[in-house]
Amino acid sequence: MSAETTLADSEQRVAATKQPPGRNRKKARGRNRLWAHIYRYRVLYLLMAPALAYVLVYKYGPLYGLLVAFKDYNLGLGILDSPWADPWYSHFAAFVTSPYAGQLIRNTLVISVYKLVFGTVAAIGVALLFNECRVRWFRRWVQTLSYMPHFLSWVVVYGVAVALLSQSTGYLNTFFRQTFGDTVPFLTSTEWFRTVLVTSDIWKDIGWGAIIYLAAMVGINPELYEAARMDGAGRVRQIWHITLPGIRNVIILLLVLKLGGILDAGFDQVFIFLNPLVLSVGDIIDTWVYRVGLVDLNYSVAAAAGLFKSIIGLVLMVTVNRMARRWDGQVW
Amino acid sequence: MVKRSGGDRTFDTVILVLLLAVGLFALVPLLIVVSASFTPYSEVLANGGYVLIPKKFTLEGYIAIWTQTRIPRAMLISTFVTVVGTALNMVLSTGLAWALSRKEMPGRTVILLALVFTTVFNAGIIPTYLIVKATGLLNSVWAMIIPGAVSVFNVFIMKTFFEGLPGELIESARLDGAGELRLLARIVFPLAVPVLLTIGLFYAVNNWNTFFAAIFYVRDTALQPLQVVLRDLLTTSIEAESSPDSVTPTVTLRMAAVVITALPMIVVYPFIQKHFQKGVLIGSVKS
Repeated sequence: MSAETTLADSEQRVAATKQPPGRNRKKARGRNRLWAHIYRYRVLYLLMAPALAYVLVYKYGPLYGLLVAFKDYNLGLGILDSPWADPWYSHFAAFVTSPYAGQLIRNTLVISVYKLVFGTVAAIGVALLFNECRVRWFRRWVQTLSYMPHFLSWVVVYGVAVALLSQSTGYLNTFFRQTFGDTVPFLTSTEWFRTVLVTSDIWKDIGWGAIIYLAAMVGINPELYEAARMDGAGRVRQIWHITLPGIRNVIILLLVLKLGGILDAGFDQVFIFLNPLVLSVGDIIDTWVYRVGLVDLNYSVAAAAGLFKSIIGLVLMVTVNRMARRWDGQVW
Repeated sequence: MVKRSGGDRTFDTVILVLLLAVGLFALVPLLIVVSASFTPYSEVLANGGYVLIPKKFTLEGYIAIWTQTRIPRAMLISTFVTVVGTALNMVLSTGLAWALSRKEMPGRTVILLALVFTTVFNAGIIPTYLIVKATGLLNSVWAMIIPGAVSVFNVFIMKTFFEGLPGELIESARLDGAGELRLLARIVFPLAVPVLLTIGLFYAVNNWNTFFAAIFYVRDTALQPLQVVLRDLLTTSIEAESSPDSVTPTVTLRMAAVVITALPMIVVYPFIQKHFQKGVLIGSVKS
């Protein structure tokens, strides 16, 4: 890593000597030099032009599309000619005061937080198992198996859930029916829906999520373990006092990153698993935005709800980032 | 080898048992789906649900897929989206990542900031839909390709990798009079095979699994990709589930469709598996 940085530094220094500071020169000449400099890199600009055009249109273009959240959008008139909403925040107010808002936000947060907490704990646990396993070939096999579900789509995962949990033919329910004479409506009952979401999320990403923690564990200085062993610490105590504190920063970093998306809750998954019977516990902001906006064509309210979500996400991300920096070294 | 105490050996055994559980947790659900896809419908009926190991194997589900469902066509759509989409993803991402890996390029910092901003703030579903609509992509296969053409996260992984290449190599190639493109083709790409494969896999998986773009932007059923068609197959009778005795005749077909949809990922996976772990880590170290 350090070799890399020094290399980059020297590269930059070379670049700096090639181009003396512009303010020592006449203005016009400085501008010429800049253009000459840009001309020198023309191939690079050409190489990235298509990607930048894409980012401009499909990543920054939607910022312009956000205008509809402040307008009474009318399909026939288009974004610019549609009249401004009166007052400008009327669609936000409509969303926040609607009877759904509270339930939507609660569902989104609950599902997200469950996934975050249980998913993180499970991933760290599996990483610990990988780290402690001394039978290399076995460890590699389990790793290979546990990464695989990450590459399956949510629709396929839903198919797996149907095979196992469906009330009529699912494997578990067939077993329950034959053994206890009763079935559990896993996919269609409000009590089970969130559990199914969290469990399927863990199933899909438990191995994948462990990769980063495992890498952090491998990076821990082996001398620390040596010293602990000298002091008579067993394997469990070594995990508690060395391994876990050793990956603390990575845990915090990932939590911060994931907190920024806490209002996302995973559109694909929830949308696919959702059905009318579980709407009250499973409907999240994004699925609601989809229904209200793209199905009922009420673009303005849906856009306002989406913007509300994005702004909270941004604020959360920045705040948590600050806090994590301030608390660094004191959390554990 | 260090001498192990009795407690240590117990600990190792516990670890092995738990790891075995993790492996089975990942594997068994998949095996059940595969097994269900080969179970004759009559056996499912007789048993009142899926059986773990069928007495007789059948291909009726796989045969029915070709004659009774929209899956064959959807497969063509998904294949097109995956092949063309991944090619586009790679061309755009490689160009951007290579340019950004050159620290001396004027304007680099501004572009980097502009890219980071897109990862922390998302305008949302509706504004993006309006732009997709304004650019005339609605109801075309391109709606599943172009709106997701570049993943900024993947670009950052590639950029980090390119930055780690030995600078002397690039400098000497340039002194030999190699232009940018020759430099890329002759020196950079051969060195970057693992990262290119990893990112290519990530994009290909995303394209094959494309779902929300199709749901949002494609209404025409003739253009729906595999994932959407499979979801329709799986959900057609979910409401009927409240009556526990209803068994739709598609149960075997459904599982066969799940297997068909998952198959390309499962077949490709072992080949690329070696590379991706490295790729993921390069990305995470930097971010």
